[in-house]
Amino acid sequence: MTATTMGKDFVLSVEGLTVSFDGFKAVNDLSFYVDENEIRVIIGPNGAGKTTVLDLICGRTRATDGSIKFRGKELTKMKEHQIVHAGVGRKFQTPSIYEDLTVFENLEISFPRGRNVFGALMFKRDQEVIDKVHEIAELIFLKDDLNKQAALLSHGQKQWLEIGMLLIQDPELLMLDEPVAGMSVAERKQTAELLNKITKNRSVIVIEHDMQFVADIANRVTVLHQGKVLSEGSMDKVQNDPKVKEVYLGH
Amino acid sequence: MSYGLRSFLPKNDMINILLLAVLIMVIFPLSMDIFRLNLVGKYLSYAFVALGLALCWGYGGILSLGQGVFFGLGGYCMAMFLKLEASSPENTAIQSTPGIPDFMDWNQLTALPWFWEPFHSLGFTMIAIIAVPVIFAFIVSVAMFKRRVGGVYFAIITQAIAAILTILIIGQQGYTGGVNGITDLRTLNGWDIRTDEAKYVLYFLCCTLLIGSVLLAQFVRKSKLGRLLVAMRDKEDRVRFSGYDVSNFKIFIFCLAAALSALGGAMFTLQVGFMSPSFVGIVPSIEMVIFCAVGGRLSLLGAVYGTLLVNWTKTVFSESFPELWLFGLGALFIGVVLAFPNGLAGVYSTYIEPRLSKWFKDLRSMRPPMASSTADTRS
Repeated sequence: MTATTMGKDFVLSVEGLTVSFDGFKAVNDLSFYVDENEIRVIIGPNGAGKTTVLDLICGRTRATDGSIKFRGKELTKMKEHQIVHAGVGRKFQTPSIYEDLTVFENLEISFPRGRNVFGALMFKRDQEVIDKVHEIAELIFLKDDLNKQAALLSHGQKQWLEIGMLLIQDPELLMLDEPVAGMSVAERKQTAELLNKITKNRSVIVIEHDMQFVADIANRVTVLHQGKVLSEGSMDKVQNDPKVKEVYLGH
Repeated sequence: MSYGLRSFLPKNDMINILLLAVLIMVIFPLSMDIFRLNLVGKYLSYAFVALGLALCWGYGGILSLGQGVFFGLGGYCMAMFLKLEASSPENTAIQSTPGIPDFMDWNQLTALPWFWEPFHSLGFTMIAIIAVPVIFAFIVSVAMFKRRVGGVYFAIITQAIAAILTILIIGQQGYTGGVNGITDLRTLNGWDIRTDEAKYVLYFLCCTLLIGSVLLAQFVRKSKLGRLLVAMRDKEDRVRFSGYDVSNFKIFIFCLAAALSALGGAMFTLQVGFMSPSFVGIVPSIEMVIFCAVGGRLSLLGAVYGTLLVNWTKTVFSESFPELWLFGLGALFIGVVLAFPNGLAGVYSTYIEPRLSKWFKDLRSMRPPMASSTADTRS
């Protein structure tokens, strides 16, 4: 472990990360490393601190202690929008889209240009934007719904739209919080396909409960329990770890 | 360019803005005497505030219950200039200190306070009318939005500011004119603003500025910033985690709303001829929110029509049943919010507009050759 941490540049290095809410340590001295082009899945029982870890990385929650380094930059000191500009994208657990806007407008807002007040006033919907929106819409199975109001999409389509909103920013690290929760079997399959397509050339952290889905996509799995890493490695290794069986998979 | 113009001002919006311009600049002046027209001009000065609220509250979801503060600051800046001009040493020769405003003399002030001095200059005053409220709005909104204070808390704080400013103005009688406000305004750079002719000129100036403000608001609404406001109202976190500094956008729109209110305040002072704390406090601020809600907070023009309608009703009602008016206003507000959450504009777009467009279609199909030729040249 130490040899690899010393010798290699990780996309994301989380070291000694701790956050305490009124004395309760939701994440406790957590360390893990994500490689270039790796798909890392974080699993764990309810309350293990999975979502909190994503919140800490994207700046929504401030760490009490420890460091999060993304390509050498310390994220714990940056503001949320600066972390996004550095190349970290995050999808929320419940689909978080702009219901009053159309699918096109949802994607357009996420297009990484004109992000300050003046830029947003002067933003022009030019061919580059239109092409990019169409390209992403095709990828997320929504190319026929571009002018539909986002509120009218099905639950699964909303999840895809939010993934699309992240893709249009082309993040180097993509974090997905339960991307297939509430989806039908067919939609899950399509989502796995989508994830396999979009995870080329970027690293991905996924939180997921669906074990079949995890086995389909994961390179490595980290099991969290009470804010600490319980086990880490391939799906097989993790599944056969007696400690993991005890707290999680066996139930 | 044609794409830019069309996306900023679609045909329907352009027609609606033109209709408003015709209504206030042709129909009203032709059908009313100068007393009534001056009254409409006063209402229209409130419409600036409602327009700002439509952007800030309707689109951005930021409810301010203190817009009267900015209306008042704009109005007071204008009034200070006019008052200084009316207080020339010749006009005030009977005072113990000639050359200062009368209320200062009554309060035993013997020299003009330092912050009144720059208001001798018309140029400075014109800048101050916008700059003073905007700087104040900027300070308030930076303090609030950078700390992520929002929603009800923000509304309560703006309301508190309105109360504080009123108390301050009333308490500092010698500097502000106290509860009476700044009265007895006469000339603007030597031009008497009390004549009928001046009232006509000021009315048309007010209309022109209002239409200009509607166009400015339309530009903001149709830009990506307008869509971002709607997005922020819905899912603020998603906007933040899409790489935007949400607070900057809120600060911008709040300051813009303040600037529009201030412009309205200055036009109010010019047309009505005085400014007093009764246009600054909590009650007028809430009334301004009601104008916007009745008109439809998601519609810029709705805000203007809502202001006209509520104020016209207020005038009619309070002339005949003065003691019932406030109940009427309350009932109107509750009724509109319950029955038509999108106000008059919502009623128009759901019930009237579809019928109108159907009617226009029928009309066109009755005269196919002419209708098609005009359609061709337009597209």
